[in-house]
Amino acid sequence: MMDASAGYVTEDGRQIGGVLMEMKNITLRFGGVVAIKDISFDIREGEIRAIIGPNGAGKSSMLNIISGFYTPSEGGVWYKGAPRPPMRPYEVARMGVARTFQNIALFEGMTVLDNVMTGRLTHMHSGIASQALWWGKARAEEVANREKVEEIIDFLEIQAIRKTPVGRLPYGLKKRVELARALAAEPSILLLDEPMAGMNVEEKEDMSRFILDVNDEFGTTIALIEHDMGVVMDLSDRVVVMDYGKKIGDGTPDEVRNNQDVIDAYLGVQH
Amino acid sequence: MFYRTSGQFKTSYTADMALFPVRQDAILLAVILAFAWVILPLTASEFAFQTLLIPILIYSLAAMGLNILTGYAGQLSLGTAAFMGVGAYACYKLVTIMPWMNPVVAILMSGVFSAGVGVAFGIPSLRIKGFYLAIATLAAQFFLVWLFEKWAWLYNYNASGAIQVPTLEMFGVTVAGPTASSHVQYYVVLGIVTLMTILCINLTRGTLGRTWKATRDMDIAAELIGINLMKSKLTAFAISSYIVGVAGALFVFMWRGAAEPNLFDIPLSFRILFIAIIGGLGSVLGNYLGAILIVGLPVILNTLPETFGLPISSATVEHLNIMIVGALIVFFLIIEPHGLARLWALIREKLVIWPFPH
Repeated sequence: MMDASAGYVTEDGRQIGGVLMEMKNITLRFGGVVAIKDISFDIREGEIRAIIGPNGAGKSSMLNIISGFYTPSEGGVWYKGAPRPPMRPYEVARMGVARTFQNIALFEGMTVLDNVMTGRLTHMHSGIASQALWWGKARAEEVANREKVEEIIDFLEIQAIRKTPVGRLPYGLKKRVELARALAAEPSILLLDEPMAGMNVEEKEDMSRFILDVNDEFGTTIALIEHDMGVVMDLSDRVVVMDYGKKIGDGTPDEVRNNQDVIDAYLGVQH
Repeated sequence: MFYRTSGQFKTSYTADMALFPVRQDAILLAVILAFAWVILPLTASEFAFQTLLIPILIYSLAAMGLNILTGYAGQLSLGTAAFMGVGAYACYKLVTIMPWMNPVVAILMSGVFSAGVGVAFGIPSLRIKGFYLAIATLAAQFFLVWLFEKWAWLYNYNASGAIQVPTLEMFGVTVAGPTASSHVQYYVVLGIVTLMTILCINLTRGTLGRTWKATRDMDIAAELIGINLMKSKLTAFAISSYIVGVAGALFVFMWRGAAEPNLFDIPLSFRILFIAIIGGLGSVLGNYLGAILIVGLPVILNTLPETFGLPISSATVEHLNIMIVGALIVFFLIIEPHGLARLWALIREKLVIWPFPH
């Protein structure tokens, strides 16, 4: 196992830092059903970390634990070297964890711009009086954050639709807007729940490029769940494989690809 | 033809975020404000003040309060009239306990009481939503009206059980009570409503507005991007109830002159909900359009047949009014759930590119 503080250098020469977040012996039960059984893994700073596994393996539950939506029955999440106390999801978000959703969860009644601006709420602190008068801090904050949001809109190439209500957009663009909203929070760790689900090859290529660019330019740590093996193996630095709530593999894409347990889980075993 | 955006370039985000990015909108608003502040008061009759202008403004304000809660924050409420009642009774107590108090200050302060009551009855919204929340707010409606009736301290133990607006003066001018002139009352109402509208517009387009809309559209996602749902919902209840309470105080002090508990019963709640729905949920402008329609319709129905010499009894007019309003609500729920305000937005969109379809 690698030293927790040191980090490593990837094949394409990116420096990966120390451990940013660590899941320690996490178990999650819903009544009698054990969704996750004693799983431990870490996410390093600057890394693209994939979580894969067949349907029902507990991947989304794991993501929900990281984002504070579920509280693990046993074990805990360590963040920047300290155990994270039980928190409401909005508190986790304010600590710098942003995410997208498997089924798009945008605010349909708002424009693209407003959706992305909502992503910056954790950075906006003006009081009600200032907002009601549209004066002083609220106004300055509005302009400053708008500039940040425009940078992200440029980055993800959605300038043309910035004032379109989200409800009118096609699926692929909605996924991109959701990524924009998550990025707007300037998260230290970005969770992507099936960012390519339901996309055609071209859209997948676009999305992969954006994910790599986000990681490269902003240095954002990314944890993603994805079913498209080609995408996972190309994008990620390290992969966790889950099956029936248990961890069956963890390592670089090559290590995982040659892991007998992983092959068995995906292809089945002769009984 | 006159409504074009070409040639109006934005060179800063401040300009792009201005209230009226299109110049023609600002001109239109200036015309409307000139009408409201100068031309109407000069030309309107006593009848117009009492049956149209003042009630339209007060109903718009009440609907705006409800719209913050239901249209922006997505929390359905059927207790609007009761919160108006809290405002009215609070104002009555304020001016009878402290008769030296400036009446406008008393009206603005009475909203604080209804905000408090609103937050208390908003607490169930943290656990329940939709129809179930509507039933919980219905409990507020029944409980508060019952309280207005039974708690004699609220109406100063007078025999009638109703509150009677005392004569109130501000800077030597009578603003409330039987001798107050309609002009003065109209200006007081207009002033307060204009102020509230400005504050509402700013709140709904800023951080708080986005927080509310996010809560309305997808509460789980809202929480996961850092919104404290409890805070978001309770601020919506507080601000909404404040505005509704002020509207209730205006309702009694600037218009009705007296109030019995059953004035704040559920039909008034429904009336305000209809204004908000027909006008457009999630819009500030819509409240005015809805109020103009709902308040203006019976007046038109009353006067039109007379001018054409048709003999229609007032009972028939009443029935016609109910039928038309009912039909309109069904029509809007099916055809345009976003109400008159959306129709206006569509007209604007079409006008900009007219005569071309795209």
